[in-house]
Amino acid sequence: MDDFHHTMNLSLFNPRWTALAVLAVSLSSPPVPAAEAAPTIDQRVAALEAYVRNSDPGTSLTGVPGPGHNGWMMTASALVLFMTLPGLALFYGGLVRRKNVLSVLAQCLGLAGLVSILWWVFGYSFVFGTSFGSGFLGGREFLFFEGVTSAPNTHYAHWVSHNVFAIYQLMFAIITPALIVGAIAERLKFSALLLFMTLWMLVVYFPLAHMIWGATGWMNGVWNPAAAVKAIDFAGGTVVHMSSGWSALILCLIVGPRIGFGREKMAPHSMVLCMVGTAMLWVGWYGFNAGSALAADGIAANAFTTTTIAAAVACFTWGMIEKIFRGNASILGFCSGVVAGLVVVTPAAGFITTTGAVIIGVLAGTVPYFFITKIKARFGYDDALDTFGIHAVGGTLGAFLTGLLATGAVNGNLAAGAGLTNGLAGLVTAGGLWHEQLKAIAITLLLSVLATAVIGTILKHTIGLRPIPENERQGLDLTEHGEEGYID
Amino acid sequence: MKLIIAIIKPFKLEEVKDALANIGVEGMTVTEVKGFGRQKGHTEIYRGSEYTVDFLPKIKIEIAVNDELVSKTVEAVVKAAKTGKIGDGKVFVLLLNDVIRIRTDERGDAAI
Repeated sequence: MDDFHHTMNLSLFNPRWTALAVLAVSLSSPPVPAAEAAPTIDQRVAALEAYVRNSDPGTSLTGVPGPGHNGWMMTASALVLFMTLPGLALFYGGLVRRKNVLSVLAQCLGLAGLVSILWWVFGYSFVFGTSFGSGFLGGREFLFFEGVTSAPNTHYAHWVSHNVFAIYQLMFAIITPALIVGAIAERLKFSALLLFMTLWMLVVYFPLAHMIWGATGWMNGVWNPAAAVKAIDFAGGTVVHMSSGWSALILCLIVGPRIGFGREKMAPHSMVLCMVGTAMLWVGWYGFNAGSALAADGIAANAFTTTTIAAAVACFTWGMIEKIFRGNASILGFCSGVVAGLVVVTPAAGFITTTGAVIIGVLAGTVPYFFITKIKARFGYDDALDTFGIHAVGGTLGAFLTGLLATGAVNGNLAAGAGLTNGLAGLVTAGGLWHEQLKAIAITLLLSVLATAVIGTILKHTIGLRPIPENERQGLDLTEHGEEGYID
Repeated sequence: MKLIIAIIKPFKLEEVKDALANIGVEGMTVTEVKGFGRQKGHTEIYRGSEYTVDFLPKIKIEIAVNDELVSKTVEAVVKAAKTGKIGDGKVFVLLLNDVIRIRTDERGDAAI
C-alpha cells in the first residue's frame, strides 16, 4: 500500500515537486510495521468487532481503513461541500440584489479553491498535526499532505482513511470563511476578500480548529488528556459558527454599510433561490453533524436525529413567532429558523438527547430572531445577510447550551478515555461543564474579534476593501466579474 | 375612432379579454406595467428590514375602436375589471387621429 503511493506520487511530481516531497518525507518518515507472528483467530475476530464498535483493532487490521467508515465519510464530505456549493451560495445569492448575485457565487467558488490549496500546503498540518507539541497549532508533519494516505490516522479515527479524514475536514474549512461573506455582501472587492480570507484562515481558523479538535488541542476536552480547557464542540459551534459570525460583525463594521443602506430598498432578489439554498444546507448538514462522529455508529445516529429535530423545531418556531407578532409567516423566516436551528445544534448534536434538541430548537427560533429584528435595528450596523445574527449569536448560544445539555448517556466518549484524565467526565456528571464552555466561548470570541480587527484595518489602509462607489452602485457582477446573473 | 387604455388588476385580464371578445372587439395590445394610484404600494418585511414598495404590478390594455363601440367597450372593461376594492384601475379614452393596417394600406375605420 505504502509503496504504491510513493511510486504514484513520484511519477506524478515534476522534479521541483519531487524535491519538495523528499523534503517533506524527511520531516516525517512513516512507521515501518515490525515483522510479527500471524494474528490468532481471536485477534482477528477482536479486530472485526473493533470495526463494528469503531475502536482500536489491535494487532490485526491495523492500518487498514474500514470500507463502511470510508463510505460514510466520503458521502459526508460530499454533503458538507454541498452546503457551500451550491447551498450557502444560493442561500446568500438569493438574499442579495440581482446586480450582485454572481459576486456571492464567485466568492463561494473562489474560497472553495483558495482554502483547498491552503489546506493542502499547510492548513491541514497546522490543524491536525501534532509535531509542534503545542495546544495552539498542530505541526508540520503533514505539509503538502505528506503522509496523508489511505491508511487511517489513529489520532482521530481507527477506521477512516487519513486522506478521507483530511478532505472531510477541508470541507469545514471551506464553509467557515464562506459564512463571513454574508455580512459584507454587495460591497467588498474580490481581491480584498481573497487576501483577507487567506490571512484570516492562518490567524484564526487553523489555530482555533487545532485548539478544539487537534489531538494536542488546548481546548479539546474529549480527546486530549492534557486539555487545559475541558470544552467540547461536536461539529463546530465555536470553530465554525462563532469564529465566522463574530469576525463577520467586526469586518462589516470596518468595511462600513452599503451605499444607500437604510435609505434604499435592499430586499432579496429571489426568495426562491434562498429557499432552495436553505434546503440544501439542511440536507448537507447531516454530513456536517452526523459525519462528525467519524463513523456510521450510534453517536452518528444520535447526531442525525438531534439535528433533524432541532432544525425542524427552530424552523417552525421562527415562522410561528412571525405569524403571531407580524401576521405573516415568511419564507425568509422559515429559512432563518432552519439555519439557526442547525447552527445552534452543531456543537451539541452528538452529545444531547432529543429533549435537548427540542430545547435547542425553541431557543434557536427565538434568540437569533430577537437579535436580528430588534438589536440590529437599534445599532444600525449593516450585517447584510445576518451572519452575525444567526452564526455568532446561534453559535455562542449553542456552545453554551452544549455545556448544559451534554450527557454521557448518549455519548460514551464524554465519560471515558481522555475525559477521565483531564476531568471532563466529572464535569459532565456533576454539571460544571458550562464553565469550561464559557471559557472556550470567550477565547474564540476574543481571537476572532481581535484578529479580524487587525487584519481588516491593515487591509483597509493598504489595498483598500471596497470598490469605487460607481462600481458598487453598478453592481459587483459586472464590475468585479464581468458577467451578469440574468440576461433578459 | 378612439383609443381606449385600461389599467387593470393582473388577475382580471382573462375576464376583461372575454368580455371584449363578446361585444365584438377584435384586437388589443396587453402590457405588464407597474404603477400606483390611490391604492399606493405595500410593505415587505425581510427579517428586520421593512421596505415600502410603491409600484404595484398592473396590466395595461390598449384597444382601438370605432366610435359606435366606444361606450360598449368602456362598459365591458369596467364591468369585468371591477372588484369594488381600491386598486381596480382606470380607463382612459383618447381621440384617435388615424389608423393604418400595414398589410393592406387601409386607413381609418376600415383599418381597425
